[in-house]
Amino acid sequence: MNKQAQEIVLSVQHVKKKIGRKWIIHDVSFDVRAGEIFGFLGPNGAGKTTTIRMLVDLIKPSSGRIEVCGYDVNRQQEQALRCIGSIVENPEMYSYLTGWENLEHFARMQPGIDDQRIQEVVDTVRLDRRIHDKVSTYSLGMRQRLGIAQALLGRPKLLILDEPTNGLDPKGIKEMRQFIHQLAEEGLAVFVSSHLLSEIQLLCDRVAIISSGRLLAVGEVDELIAGSSDHVIWDLNPAVQGKRILQKLDYCEIVDRPEDVLDDNVLAGMSPDAIVTRMHAAHTSRAVERLVGAGVQVREVHRINPTLEQLFLQMTEGESIE
Amino acid sequence: MSNLLPLIKNECIKIIKRKRFYVVLLVLLVLVPMFTYAQMKSAERSREKFNSDWRLELQQRITDNENSLSSDRVPDEWKRYRQIFIQQMQYYLQHDVNPNQPNGVTFTREFLNNAISLFIPLLIMAIASDIVSGERTTGTIKMLLTRPVKRWKVLLSKLVALIMFTSLIVVSTFVIAYLISGLAFGYKGFDIPVFTGFQIVGSDVDMSGVHAVLQWKYLLMQGGLVWFVGVCVGMLAFMVSVLVRSTAASIVIMMAALIAGNILTNMASAWSSAKYLFMVNLNLTSYLAGNLPPIEGMTLNFSLAVLAIWAICAVIVAFSVFTRRDILN
Repeated sequence: MNKQAQEIVLSVQHVKKKIGRKWIIHDVSFDVRAGEIFGFLGPNGAGKTTTIRMLVDLIKPSSGRIEVCGYDVNRQQEQALRCIGSIVENPEMYSYLTGWENLEHFARMQPGIDDQRIQEVVDTVRLDRRIHDKVSTYSLGMRQRLGIAQALLGRPKLLILDEPTNGLDPKGIKEMRQFIHQLAEEGLAVFVSSHLLSEIQLLCDRVAIISSGRLLAVGEVDELIAGSSDHVIWDLNPAVQGKRILQKLDYCEIVDRPEDVLDDNVLAGMSPDAIVTRMHAAHTSRAVERLVGAGVQVREVHRINPTLEQLFLQMTEGESIE
Repeated sequence: MSNLLPLIKNECIKIIKRKRFYVVLLVLLVLVPMFTYAQMKSAERSREKFNSDWRLELQQRITDNENSLSSDRVPDEWKRYRQIFIQQMQYYLQHDVNPNQPNGVTFTREFLNNAISLFIPLLIMAIASDIVSGERTTGTIKMLLTRPVKRWKVLLSKLVALIMFTSLIVVSTFVIAYLISGLAFGYKGFDIPVFTGFQIVGSDVDMSGVHAVLQWKYLLMQGGLVWFVGVCVGMLAFMVSVLVRSTAASIVIMMAALIAGNILTNMASAWSSAKYLFMVNLNLTSYLAGNLPPIEGMTLNFSLAVLAIWAICAVIVAFSVFTRRDILN
C-alpha cells in the first residue's frame, strides 16, 4: 500500500502552547495519513500528553492550527471530534458502572450508535465475557481494552492512544500491538504516543520525536534508522591479535565504551572479550577474510541494529530518556 | 435540544448509580425519627404539666416571655424577638387556634422551618458538590469532553439533572417527614388554620394583614420557598464544583458559607450590609411565620431577589469557566 497517496486525517500546523508564563510546546507540525501508525516519541514531560490534549480539544493551542478530517478542532469541535476516538493518559471509566453501561453512556453522546454497534466493539476488543461486570473489578488490561472499545464506538477515522501498553504484561503488550496493526490495516489512522523506543520500532510506520516541547525529527522509522551507522560485535580468538587487525582496517572503527551505544540486553549477552566496532555492514565479509587469513578464529560476528534510543541520544545530546 | 435529553439521562443514571440519592434518603430516614421522638417527648411533658390544655400552656409561655422582658440581662435583640413572639401567641389565643397542635402536618411544617437554612442545603450539596469536580477527580471528564458534544451542553445537562434531583429531595423531605411523624402524631391536620401575614414594624407586629390559611396551603407555600432555596444553593454548589478540582474542597467551601450564614443570622443586625450575602437570606419560611428578620430591612421579596441574583451569577460564572478552561489533569 502506498501510504503517501492516502488522505491526510490529522494535520498539525505550527502549534504552540503557553501555560502560565512558560512555553510548553514550541512550534510542532506533522501530518498523519489514513492507514498508518504514527508514533509520537519522547521522554516523560516532553509535552506528549499536552499535545494529545490539544488534538482532542481538551486544551486550546496558544497559536497554530489542528485539523482532523478537514475540520478545525478548536472551531468545529463537534464535526472534528466525531472523527476521533481517543484515550488520553489512562482509560478512566466510571468504575461504579459496568463496562456495558459505560459504553451505553458514551454511545448516548453521539447519534447513530445502537446496541448492535456496542456489541460489535465489545467483540472487537474481546471483552464479552466480563462486559456486564462493574469496571471497578476490571484489571488494568481490561480497562485498557474497554478504553479502546469506547474510542472505537463512533467509527472514528483517527484513533489516538496515549501510551497504550503502559502497565500491560508482555502477553498483553503483544496482543495490543497485533490489535493496533489490525486496525491500521482496516484503514484507520492510529496515533500512538510512547516513551518506549522499542515499542515505536515494533509498532509504527512513521514517528515524530519530541523533546522539551520541540520536534526533533519526523520521518519513516526505517529511514531514521538507516541514517545512523551500524555496530558489529566480534568474538575472536585470540582476541588481542584480532583487535589489532581490525584497528588497521580503514572502514572499521573500534568502540571503546560499548555500554554507551548498546542496549542493556545486548550487553548482557556479550562475551567479556567481545570487540565492538562501528562499520558499514557491507564491509563485514571483507573483514572476516582478513582475520581468517591472519589465522584468527572467528567465533561469532553479530550485527546490531541501532535502536531509536541511540538515535534519540544523538539528537538530544544526552538528555535522559526516563 | 433533541440531543440534550440523552445527556440528561446520562447524568441522572450517574447520580443514581453513585448512590448519592440513596444516601440522602438514608439520612432522612435516620434523622426524621429522631426529631419525631424528641417532639413526642416534649409533647408528653407539656401534657402532664398542663393537663393537655393547650390554652393554659400557651398562656404560661406568654407569661414566661413577658417576665424575661423586664430582666436587664436579656439583650435588646432577644427582647424584640420575644415581644413579637408574645404578640403572635396572643393573636392565636384570641382566635382560639392552637399553634402547636401535635399532628403529622404541623410537625412537617415546623421541621421544614428549621431545616430550610442548613439541613436541606446540606442534602442538596451531597449531589451538587461533586457533580463536576467528581468527574475531574476520577479523570472521567476527559472521556466526557472528547465526545462530539459542545461543552455547554454537557454542563447544561448536569445542571438540569441537579435541579431535578433538588426537587426530588425537597419532595422526599416533605413525604418522609409527614409519613414518619404521622406514625407518632397521627396523619390529620391538613385543614387546621395557620396565621400568616404578620408585618414587623420596629418591635411591634402589625396585625392588619394577618389572615388564616389552611395548613395544607401553608405547607405548599413553604414547599415553594424551600424548593427555591434548594435550587439557589444547588446552583452555588454547582459553581464551586466547577471551580474547584477536589470534591472535598468543594464541600468544605459550601459548608463554611452555610454555617457562616447561620452564625451571622444569630449575631444579626449591627452589620446591615451583610443582608446582601446569600447565606443570611436562606430562611425564607420565617417570613411566612412572621419572625423577626435577622437584619432590619429584609423582606421576603428582598431575600428572593438576593438569592436569585446570586444563583444567576453562579450559573454564568460556571458556564463561562467550564466552556473555556483547559483540562490539564
